[in-house]
Amino acid sequence: MAARGSEAAVTNQTSMELDGDRTIVIARTFNGPARIVFDAWTRADLVKRWWAPASRAAIVSVEADVRPGGAWRYVLQPLKGPRIAFSGRYREVVRPDRLVYTVFFEPTAEGAVGPESEAAVTTVTFEERGGRTHLVSREMYPSREVRDMVLASGMEGGMRETMDQLDVLVESLG
Amino acid sequence: MIDALAALAEPSRFRIVELLRAGPRPVNDIGERLRLNQPQVSKHLRVLKEAGVVDVQAKAQQRVYELRPDALRQLHEWLEGYRQLWDTRFSAMDELVEELKAKEKPHGRKRK
Repeated sequence: MAARGSEAAVTNQTSMELDGDRTIVIARTFNGPARIVFDAWTRADLVKRWWAPASRAAIVSVEADVRPGGAWRYVLQPLKGPRIAFSGRYREVVRPDRLVYTVFFEPTAEGAVGPESEAAVTTVTFEERGGRTHLVSREMYPSREVRDMVLASGMEGGMRETMDQLDVLVESLG
Repeated sequence: MIDALAALAEPSRFRIVELLRAGPRPVNDIGERLRLNQPQVSKHLRVLKEAGVVDVQAKAQQRVYELRPDALRQLHEWLEGYRQLWDTRFSAMDELVEELKAKEKPHGRKRK
């Protein structure tokens, strides 16, 4: 993989694991304190800067009322097709350690449908150590089918880097 | 693909797949090595077969199972796409974190 962000002293690895049938766990370390990573993750003006991968979509709007019970909504314009949106509500907001929020996918950006019980629930923890922050995001989906659809949504992305267990399997098969 | 993923989510089935990496094996051999009884092994192998992860061949009265490398390779790529999406986002976040760190520093101090 080509060096990206070469000004950073350390290139941190993004890990992804599946936990049981319904959960995706994504983890990454950042070279900064938790308060900064937490703000980058939550503040609307900052989310605009990183959430949409430029090769795939543009951010149309970001709203985030970051407090327990507050609503959030990100609207995206994919390169092809209609606008889509993600939205939900914050359940726990403990700056800079922990966040819990619900996530609905809006396929045509026309508002979330379905009861709160059908939302995905994401729990994000920010653990600071020596000026660096380890972020873990646990996405728990209402069913295996929904989780697998989310995984499939990544399909367009490049596929180069390695991945733990399955990667070992693939290598061994030559 | 989704079936393959679901099939592998079960720990015994993942162990079967790991075992088959070394090469094709008959059903009873798989059961012995993984300490699973015959009905359990048969059930798991059936799920793996339906998901396209393994193939079966009859050889001298035995049913011999082997991995289908293409299925695993596809599954790997399929999962890798989502990880890559997050990796792209996180790279953009790295830049933002550096910027915010620089802003936080008091004036008059040298920037790194």
